[in-house]
Amino acid sequence: MDAYVNAFRTTVPTWFDGGIPSSSFGLEAAKEFAMPAFDIPGCHNPMEFLRSITDETSKDYRIKIQHGTTTLAFKFKGGVMVAVDSRATAGGYIASQTVKKIIEINPYLLGTMAGGAADCSYWERELGRRCRLYQLKNKELISVAAASKLLANMVYPYKRMGISMGTMVTGWDKTGPNLFYVDADGTRIKGEIFSVGSGSTFAYGVLDSTHDYELEENDAIDLARRSIYHATYRDAGSGGSVSVYHVKENGWQFISTHDVYDLHYEYQDQPKPRLI
Amino acid sequence: MSFYPYTDNGGSALAIAGEDYCLLASDTRQSGEDYKIHAGYVPKAFKLTDSCVYAGVGFSADGVALVKRVRQSIEWYRHAHEKTMSTPALAQMIATVLYSKRFFPYYVGTILGGLDENGRGVVYSFDPVGSFEAELHKAVGSGAELIQPFLDNQVNLKFLPEVERTPLPLDVALQIAKDAFTSAAERDTKTGDYLEIFIIDREGVNVERFDLKRD
Repeated sequence: MDAYVNAFRTTVPTWFDGGIPSSSFGLEAAKEFAMPAFDIPGCHNPMEFLRSITDETSKDYRIKIQHGTTTLAFKFKGGVMVAVDSRATAGGYIASQTVKKIIEINPYLLGTMAGGAADCSYWERELGRRCRLYQLKNKELISVAAASKLLANMVYPYKRMGISMGTMVTGWDKTGPNLFYVDADGTRIKGEIFSVGSGSTFAYGVLDSTHDYELEENDAIDLARRSIYHATYRDAGSGGSVSVYHVKENGWQFISTHDVYDLHYEYQDQPKPRLI
Repeated sequence: MSFYPYTDNGGSALAIAGEDYCLLASDTRQSGEDYKIHAGYVPKAFKLTDSCVYAGVGFSADGVALVKRVRQSIEWYRHAHEKTMSTPALAQMIATVLYSKRFFPYYVGTILGGLDENGRGVVYSFDPVGSFEAELHKAVGSGAELIQPFLDNQVNLKFLPEVERTPLPLDVALQIAKDAFTSAAERDTKTGDYLEIFIIDREGVNVERFDLKRD
């Protein structure tokens, strides 16, 4: 197996042609994808061109990339609770109400999706591949700190080129539960509570009001779900359904998905929770 | 602007996944900008494998270029692995191809209709830079805003809690697809002329053509 691992030790820049191996018959498929390269338009200011066609406020806005989100994650005594909505918007159009915004990087790591949907899923998939290679090389699981730094370093060279990604990388490693915020500007912060996306301010409002590290599992699940629900209520960019995941010592666990429509009537019938 | 390499050629496509079939329908009108209709029969849906069909709406030239590249990759995959690419694998590959042009995107809305490894119907839809999702029904293109809510109601039975949910038979799905397009052609200037429906099942891929309004 060492021979296989050695193949990755030097990364030869190869022309990335979307899966068409340029040098061989794809016998070393992983190597072919080692250094992704991207097409750049042949004009004077490629990034201004990209902005003009993909920015929703531009007059030449044509290429409608899927956006919009509320995501949150917080640490508590039982690990990390992660919750997200499921709406994707392209301009004013709701492109999907069933997006999976929690990305299962591997059985121990979760990533969330906010900003450009393709940017998040592409780079977090690439992160999953690199975490696997790390595991093969080092014969142990990658730490959350290292994984989140891999992601931050991967996207940093593309800073200000239009990549939009606001993500939380979370998991349980040998140091315990961990939570990091990583974005496309190069920010990487370790923290206890994060909410990211167009509805994050609304989610923070609910989340901060009753969050407590000593929360029981069921209360933590309910708090996460309620925070996303209230964000979908006030933020037009969020909606669809609310999904909750729980990061535990033996890896993450999927908790539930609830349609916002059902939650609305469920919460309406309940007495308002006491604050303080 | 001096550098503007795109045109919106319009057109719509939809796909519906059944238990053991998948249906992909698209119109064949190619429009230009300013209410021009360039041609009545320019297909935008193409068979990729015996269990997968692609449709690309938006900028026709990018759609055709994408298919050309994807077909080449399918061929290389067949030589390397001595098997045809499965529909889920194809979906992931298309996403990577689309993302390889993240800074100079293909101006295409893509859908794939086909069968998965177990012979069940699947639909994948993509944004221009490769965000993708498996779904049971999807409409893309200039008429998507008219067709999608209709499919949500008739296929997914959204907000019809009393209706019994049974697997959708092929003849009903076909009728829904035809109705969706006759209605879209009535209200969307960029959808019309002919309707091409690909039906993918265990036997392979079959195409049927129908007339749409030509105004």
